[in-house]
Amino acid sequence: MCVTCGCNDTPPASFTSLEPSPPEPGSEVLNTVSHPLEVKVLAHNDRIASHNRSWCENHQVLALNLVSAPGAGKTSLLVRTLEDLKDRLTMAVLEGDQATSRDGDRIRATGCAVVQVNTGTGCHLEAAMVQRGLQTLNPPAQSVLMIENVGNLVCPALFDLGERAKVVILSVTEGDDKPLKYPYMFQASSLLLINKIDLLPYVDFDLDRCQAYARMVNPAIQVMALSAVTGEGLDNWYTWLLGARTQVL
Amino acid sequence: MHELSLTQTIITTVLEVAAGQPVQRIVLEIGQLSGVLPESIDFCFAACAAQTPLAGAQLDLVVIPGRGCCRDCGHQMDLDIPYGMCDRCGSLAIAVIAGQSLLIKSLEMLVCV
Repeated sequence: MCVTCGCNDTPPASFTSLEPSPPEPGSEVLNTVSHPLEVKVLAHNDRIASHNRSWCENHQVLALNLVSAPGAGKTSLLVRTLEDLKDRLTMAVLEGDQATSRDGDRIRATGCAVVQVNTGTGCHLEAAMVQRGLQTLNPPAQSVLMIENVGNLVCPALFDLGERAKVVILSVTEGDDKPLKYPYMFQASSLLLINKIDLLPYVDFDLDRCQAYARMVNPAIQVMALSAVTGEGLDNWYTWLLGARTQVL
Repeated sequence: MHELSLTQTIITTVLEVAAGQPVQRIVLEIGQLSGVLPESIDFCFAACAAQTPLAGAQLDLVVIPGRGCCRDCGHQMDLDIPYGMCDRCGSLAIAVIAGQSLLIKSLEMLVCV
Protein backbone atom coordinates (compact mmCIF):
# COMPACT_ATOMS: atom_id res chain seq x y z
CA MET A 1 0.00 0.00 0.00
CA CYS A 2 1.14 3.51 -0.81
CA VAL A 3 2.32 5.15 2.46
CA THR A 4 1.44 8.64 1.23
CA CYS A 5 -2.25 8.30 0.40
CA GLY A 6 -3.21 4.66 1.08
CA CYS A 7 -3.85 3.74 -2.57
CA ASN A 8 -2.92 0.33 -3.94
CA ASP A 9 -1.23 1.32 -7.20
CA THR A 10 2.41 1.51 -6.05
CA PRO A 11 4.33 0.30 -9.08
CA PRO A 12 6.39 -2.83 -8.42
CA ALA A 13 10.11 -2.23 -8.05
CA SER A 14 11.89 -2.94 -11.27
CA PHE A 15 15.23 -4.75 -11.54
CA THR A 16 17.33 -4.67 -14.64
CA SER A 17 20.13 -7.13 -15.07
CA LEU A 18 23.27 -5.27 -16.15
CA GLU A 19 25.92 -7.22 -17.99
CA PRO A 20 29.45 -5.86 -17.45
CA SER A 21 30.39 -3.83 -20.45
CA PRO A 22 33.64 -4.76 -22.16
CA PRO A 23 36.48 -2.41 -21.18
CA GLU A 24 37.25 0.39 -23.54
CA PRO A 25 40.42 -0.29 -25.49
CA GLY A 26 43.33 1.14 -23.49
CA SER A 27 41.42 1.47 -20.23
CA GLU A 28 42.51 -0.61 -17.20
CA VAL A 29 40.62 -1.89 -14.16
CA LEU A 30 42.65 -2.16 -10.93
CA ASN A 31 41.73 -4.80 -8.39
CA THR A 32 43.16 -5.45 -4.95
CA VAL A 33 44.72 -8.90 -4.87
CA SER A 34 45.99 -10.61 -1.74
CA HIS A 35 49.29 -12.39 -2.30
CA PRO A 36 50.33 -14.96 0.35
CA LEU A 37 54.07 -14.86 1.00
CA GLU A 38 55.07 -16.65 4.25
CA VAL A 39 58.66 -15.42 3.86
CA LYS A 40 60.96 -15.31 6.88
CA VAL A 41 62.26 -11.80 7.37
CA LEU A 42 65.71 -13.21 8.09
CA ALA A 43 65.65 -15.60 5.11
CA HIS A 44 68.15 -13.57 3.05
CA ASN A 45 70.63 -13.32 5.95
CA ASP A 46 70.19 -17.01 6.76
CA ARG A 47 70.89 -17.98 3.13
CA ILE A 48 74.21 -16.11 3.13
CA ALA A 49 75.03 -17.52 6.59
CA SER A 50 74.46 -20.97 5.19
CA HIS A 51 76.95 -20.25 2.37
CA ASN A 52 79.49 -19.01 4.93
CA ARG A 53 78.98 -22.17 6.99
CA SER A 54 79.47 -24.40 3.93
CA TRP A 55 82.62 -22.51 2.96
CA CYS A 56 84.06 -22.99 6.45
CA GLU A 57 83.11 -26.67 6.53
CA ASN A 58 84.67 -27.28 3.13
CA HIS A 59 87.89 -25.60 4.27
CA GLN A 60 87.77 -27.18 7.74
CA VAL A 61 87.75 -23.71 9.27
CA LEU A 62 86.30 -23.36 12.78
CA ALA A 63 84.32 -20.09 12.86
CA LEU A 64 83.31 -18.71 16.25
CA ASN A 65 81.10 -15.67 16.83
CA LEU A 66 82.26 -13.82 19.96
CA VAL A 67 79.49 -11.72 21.46
CA SER A 68 79.25 -9.56 24.58
CA ALA A 69 78.32 -6.14 25.90
CA PRO A 70 80.87 -3.40 25.15
CA GLY A 71 83.85 -3.63 27.49
CA ALA A 72 83.45 -7.26 28.58
CA GLY A 73 86.95 -8.01 27.33
CA LYS A 74 86.45 -9.73 23.95
CA THR A 75 89.50 -8.14 22.36
CA SER A 76 91.70 -8.63 25.44
CA LEU A 77 90.71 -12.30 25.55
CA LEU A 78 91.39 -12.63 21.83
CA VAL A 79 94.81 -11.00 22.06
CA ARG A 80 95.77 -13.26 24.97
CA THR A 81 94.44 -16.35 23.13
CA LEU A 82 96.33 -15.46 19.94
CA GLU A 83 99.57 -15.04 21.87
CA ASP A 84 99.20 -18.17 24.00
CA LEU A 85 98.14 -20.48 21.14
CA LYS A 86 100.20 -19.05 18.27
CA ASP A 87 102.33 -22.21 18.08
CA ARG A 88 99.31 -24.54 18.15
CA LEU A 89 96.66 -22.84 16.03
CA THR A 90 96.48 -20.72 12.90
CA MET A 91 93.93 -18.01 13.56
CA ALA A 92 92.39 -15.12 11.67
CA VAL A 93 90.13 -12.42 13.08
CA LEU A 94 87.19 -10.48 11.72
CA GLU A 95 86.75 -7.41 13.93
CA GLY A 96 83.34 -5.76 14.09
CA ASP A 97 82.92 -2.29 15.55
CA GLN A 98 80.75 0.70 14.75
CA ALA A 99 83.80 2.89 14.25
CA THR A 100 87.62 3.00 14.33
CA SER A 101 90.21 0.30 13.74
CA ARG A 102 91.44 0.37 17.34
CA ASP A 103 90.57 -3.29 18.03
CA GLY A 104 91.84 -4.39 14.61
CA ASP A 105 95.13 -2.63 15.35
CA ARG A 106 95.49 -4.50 18.65
CA ILE A 107 94.95 -7.81 16.86
CA ARG A 108 97.34 -6.87 14.04
CA ALA A 109 100.05 -6.12 16.61
CA THR A 110 100.06 -9.82 17.54
CA GLY A 111 100.91 -10.72 13.92
CA CYS A 112 97.52 -12.29 13.26
CA ALA A 113 95.62 -11.74 9.99
CA VAL A 114 92.72 -9.38 10.65
CA VAL A 115 90.00 -7.52 8.77
CA GLN A 116 88.23 -4.64 10.49
CA VAL A 117 84.54 -4.22 9.65
CA ASN A 118 82.99 -0.88 10.63
CA THR A 119 79.21 -1.10 10.71
CA GLY A 120 78.60 2.67 10.93
CA THR A 121 75.12 3.00 12.40
CA GLY A 122 74.68 -0.80 12.48
CA CYS A 123 74.53 -2.43 15.90
CA HIS A 124 75.49 -5.98 14.83
CA LEU A 125 77.31 -7.94 12.14
CA GLU A 126 75.26 -9.60 9.40
CA ALA A 127 76.10 -12.64 7.30
CA ALA A 128 76.88 -10.56 4.20
CA MET A 129 79.58 -8.65 6.11
CA VAL A 130 81.18 -11.92 7.15
CA GLN A 131 80.95 -13.18 3.57
CA ARG A 132 82.92 -10.14 2.36
CA GLY A 133 85.31 -10.55 5.29
CA LEU A 134 85.92 -14.20 4.34
CA GLN A 135 86.71 -13.15 0.76
CA THR A 136 89.24 -10.59 1.99
CA LEU A 137 90.79 -12.70 4.75
CA ASN A 138 90.68 -16.01 2.91
CA PRO A 139 91.60 -17.91 6.09
CA PRO A 140 93.81 -20.93 5.46
CA ALA A 141 92.39 -24.46 5.64
CA GLN A 142 92.17 -25.96 9.13
CA SER A 143 92.47 -22.54 10.79
CA VAL A 144 90.25 -20.83 13.34
CA LEU A 145 88.24 -17.75 12.35
CA MET A 146 87.34 -15.55 15.32
CA ILE A 147 84.49 -13.17 14.49
CA GLU A 148 84.39 -10.43 17.12
CA ASN A 149 80.88 -9.00 16.92
CA VAL A 150 79.86 -5.44 17.76
CA GLY A 151 79.64 -4.99 21.54
CA ASN A 152 75.93 -5.42 22.19
CA LEU A 153 74.04 -8.03 24.25
CA VAL A 154 70.80 -7.70 22.27
CA CYS A 155 70.93 -7.38 18.49
CA PRO A 156 73.70 -9.84 17.46
CA ALA A 157 71.68 -12.70 19.00
CA LEU A 158 69.27 -12.74 16.06
CA PHE A 159 71.73 -12.84 13.20
CA ASP A 160 73.29 -16.11 12.10
CA LEU A 161 76.69 -15.39 10.55
CA GLY A 162 77.47 -18.95 9.54
CA GLU A 163 79.51 -19.62 12.68
CA ARG A 164 79.85 -23.03 14.27
CA ALA A 165 79.06 -21.57 17.70
CA LYS A 166 78.40 -18.32 19.48
CA VAL A 167 80.62 -17.70 22.51
CA VAL A 168 79.20 -15.10 24.91
CA ILE A 169 81.60 -13.24 27.19
CA LEU A 170 80.29 -11.66 30.39
CA SER A 171 82.53 -9.75 32.78
CA VAL A 172 81.95 -9.83 36.51
CA THR A 173 81.59 -6.04 36.62
CA GLU A 174 78.35 -6.32 34.63
CA GLY A 175 76.41 -8.24 37.30
CA ASP A 176 75.47 -11.91 37.65
CA ASP A 177 71.85 -11.49 36.51
CA LYS A 178 72.66 -10.62 32.89
CA PRO A 179 71.55 -14.04 31.54
CA LEU A 180 68.03 -13.44 32.88
CA LYS A 181 67.90 -9.88 31.57
CA TYR A 182 69.30 -10.60 28.10
CA PRO A 183 68.05 -14.17 27.54
CA TYR A 184 68.18 -14.25 23.75
CA MET A 185 71.96 -13.90 23.64
CA PHE A 186 72.53 -16.58 26.28
CA GLN A 187 70.06 -18.90 24.55
CA ALA A 188 71.83 -18.50 21.23
CA SER A 189 75.28 -19.21 22.70
CA SER A 190 76.97 -22.58 23.25
CA LEU A 191 79.61 -21.34 25.68
CA LEU A 192 79.60 -18.63 28.37
CA LEU A 193 82.99 -17.24 29.40
CA ILE A 194 82.80 -15.25 32.64
CA ASN A 195 85.72 -12.84 32.35
CA LYS A 196 87.61 -10.58 34.77
CA ILE A 197 87.36 -12.99 37.72
CA ASP A 198 90.47 -11.26 39.13
CA LEU A 199 88.02 -8.46 40.06
CA LEU A 200 85.67 -10.74 42.02
CA PRO A 201 86.89 -9.48 45.45
CA TYR A 202 85.75 -5.97 44.51
CA VAL A 203 82.29 -6.58 43.04
CA ASP A 204 79.05 -8.22 44.12
CA PHE A 205 79.05 -11.10 41.64
CA ASP A 206 78.21 -14.69 42.51
CA LEU A 207 79.70 -17.17 40.01
CA ASP A 208 77.35 -20.01 41.00
CA ARG A 209 74.29 -17.76 40.74
CA CYS A 210 75.35 -16.51 37.32
CA GLN A 211 75.84 -20.08 36.13
CA ALA A 212 72.41 -21.08 37.50
CA TYR A 213 70.76 -18.13 35.72
CA ALA A 214 72.52 -19.00 32.47
CA ARG A 215 71.28 -22.62 32.73
CA MET A 216 67.73 -21.41 33.45
CA VAL A 217 67.78 -19.66 30.10
CA ASN A 218 69.81 -22.29 28.26
CA PRO A 219 70.17 -25.70 30.00
CA ALA A 220 72.80 -26.81 27.46
CA ILE A 221 75.17 -23.85 27.81
CA GLN A 222 78.74 -24.59 28.99
CA VAL A 223 80.18 -22.13 31.51
CA MET A 224 83.83 -21.26 32.26
CA ALA A 225 85.24 -18.58 34.53
CA LEU A 226 88.53 -16.92 33.61
CA SER A 227 90.65 -13.81 33.59
CA ALA A 228 92.27 -12.67 30.36
CA VAL A 229 94.62 -10.50 32.47
CA THR A 230 95.95 -13.00 35.06
CA GLY A 231 95.45 -16.10 32.88
CA GLU A 232 93.40 -17.91 35.54
CA GLY A 233 90.97 -20.37 33.96
CA LEU A 234 92.29 -19.89 30.42
CA ASP A 235 93.34 -23.55 30.17
CA ASN A 236 89.66 -24.61 30.15
CA TRP A 237 88.92 -22.20 27.32
CA TYR A 238 91.92 -23.38 25.32
CA THR A 239 90.91 -27.04 25.82
CA TRP A 240 87.39 -26.20 24.59
CA LEU A 241 88.79 -24.30 21.61
CA LEU A 242 91.20 -27.06 20.55
CA GLY A 243 88.44 -29.64 20.99
CA ALA A 244 86.02 -27.62 18.85
CA ARG A 245 88.67 -27.30 16.17
CA THR A 246 89.27 -31.06 16.16
CA GLN A 247 85.56 -31.56 15.51
CA VAL A 248 85.70 -29.67 12.20
CA LEU A 249 88.73 -31.57 10.85
CA MET B 1 68.29 -1.36 17.16
CA HIS B 2 68.15 -4.45 14.96
CA GLU B 3 64.56 -3.57 13.95
CA LEU B 4 65.98 -0.95 11.58
CA SER B 5 67.92 -3.46 9.48
CA LEU B 6 65.01 -5.94 9.67
CA THR B 7 62.64 -3.25 8.36
CA GLN B 8 65.01 -2.48 5.49
CA THR B 9 65.02 -6.20 4.66
CA ILE B 10 61.20 -6.29 4.74
CA ILE B 11 61.00 -3.33 2.34
CA THR B 12 63.54 -4.87 -0.06
CA THR B 13 61.71 -8.22 -0.05
CA VAL B 14 58.28 -6.67 -0.61
CA LEU B 15 59.51 -4.46 -3.47
CA GLU B 16 61.05 -7.50 -5.17
CA VAL B 17 57.82 -9.50 -4.92
CA ALA B 18 55.62 -6.58 -5.97
CA ALA B 19 57.76 -6.01 -9.07
CA GLY B 20 56.49 -2.49 -9.61
CA GLN B 21 52.84 -3.09 -8.73
CA PRO B 22 51.41 -0.74 -6.08
CA VAL B 23 51.34 -2.34 -2.62
CA GLN B 24 48.42 -1.37 -0.39
CA ARG B 25 48.95 -3.57 2.65
CA ILE B 26 51.69 -5.72 4.18
CA VAL B 27 50.86 -8.27 6.86
CA LEU B 28 53.76 -9.07 9.15
CA GLU B 29 53.71 -11.80 11.81
CA ILE B 30 55.88 -11.10 14.85
CA GLY B 31 56.22 -13.68 17.59
CA GLN B 32 56.21 -12.35 21.14
CA LEU B 33 59.44 -14.32 21.71
CA SER B 34 61.13 -13.43 18.41
CA GLY B 35 63.34 -10.78 20.02
CA VAL B 36 61.74 -8.12 17.83
CA LEU B 37 59.69 -5.20 19.13
CA PRO B 38 56.53 -4.57 17.04
CA GLU B 39 56.44 -0.87 18.00
CA SER B 40 59.99 -0.42 16.72
CA ILE B 41 59.17 -2.11 13.41
CA ASP B 42 56.18 0.22 13.05
CA PHE B 43 58.36 3.25 13.76
CA CYS B 44 61.13 2.14 11.39
CA PHE B 45 58.68 1.28 8.60
CA ALA B 46 57.20 4.77 8.58
CA ALA B 47 60.69 6.23 8.29
CA CYS B 48 62.19 3.74 5.83
CA ALA B 49 59.20 3.41 3.48
CA ALA B 50 58.85 7.18 3.01
CA GLN B 51 61.34 7.39 0.16
CA THR B 52 60.21 4.17 -1.56
CA PRO B 53 57.18 3.04 -3.60
CA LEU B 54 55.84 1.62 -0.30
CA ALA B 55 55.18 5.10 1.09
CA GLY B 56 51.53 5.09 2.15
CA ALA B 57 51.25 1.29 2.27
CA GLN B 58 49.57 -0.03 5.40
CA LEU B 59 51.62 -2.26 7.68
CA ASP B 60 49.55 -4.70 9.74
CA LEU B 61 51.40 -6.37 12.62
CA VAL B 62 50.01 -9.66 13.89
CA VAL B 63 51.59 -10.56 17.23
CA ILE B 64 51.73 -14.28 18.04
CA PRO B 65 51.72 -15.00 21.80
CA GLY B 66 54.54 -17.03 23.32
CA ARG B 67 53.83 -20.62 24.41
CA GLY B 68 56.05 -23.14 26.11
CA CYS B 69 55.90 -26.87 26.78
CA CYS B 70 57.56 -28.57 29.74
CA ARG B 71 60.06 -31.17 28.51
CA ASP B 72 59.55 -33.19 31.69
CA CYS B 73 55.76 -33.37 32.15
CA GLY B 74 54.37 -32.04 28.86
CA HIS B 75 52.37 -29.24 30.48
CA GLN B 76 51.85 -26.21 28.22
CA MET B 77 51.93 -22.60 29.39
CA ASP B 78 51.95 -18.98 28.22
CA LEU B 79 55.39 -17.36 28.04
CA ASP B 80 56.22 -13.68 27.76
CA ILE B 81 59.98 -14.28 28.02
CA PRO B 82 61.79 -17.13 26.25
CA TYR B 83 62.34 -19.23 29.41
CA GLY B 84 60.39 -20.06 32.53
CA MET B 85 59.42 -22.59 35.14
CA CYS B 86 56.73 -25.21 34.67
CA ASP B 87 53.79 -24.21 36.88
CA ARG B 88 52.83 -27.90 37.27
CA CYS B 89 56.10 -29.74 38.06
CA GLY B 90 58.60 -26.89 38.64
CA SER B 91 60.98 -27.97 35.85
CA LEU B 92 63.10 -25.30 34.16
CA ALA B 93 63.34 -27.34 30.95
CA ILE B 94 60.80 -25.41 28.92
CA ALA B 95 60.70 -25.70 25.14
CA VAL B 96 59.32 -22.70 23.29
CA ILE B 97 56.58 -24.00 20.98
CA ALA B 98 55.06 -20.75 19.68
CA GLY B 99 55.90 -17.10 19.41
CA GLN B 100 59.30 -17.16 17.72
CA SER B 101 58.19 -16.43 14.17
CA LEU B 102 59.13 -13.37 12.15
CA LEU B 103 57.33 -13.64 8.80
CA ILE B 104 56.05 -11.53 5.97
CA LYS B 105 52.66 -13.26 5.78
CA SER B 106 51.05 -11.59 2.77
CA LEU B 107 50.75 -8.52 0.57
CA GLU B 108 47.79 -6.75 -0.92
CA MET B 109 48.59 -5.28 -4.30
CA LEU B 110 46.69 -3.35 -6.92
CA VAL B 111 46.82 -5.33 -10.14
CA CYS B 112 45.37 -4.76 -13.60
CA VAL B 113 42.53 -7.10 -14.58
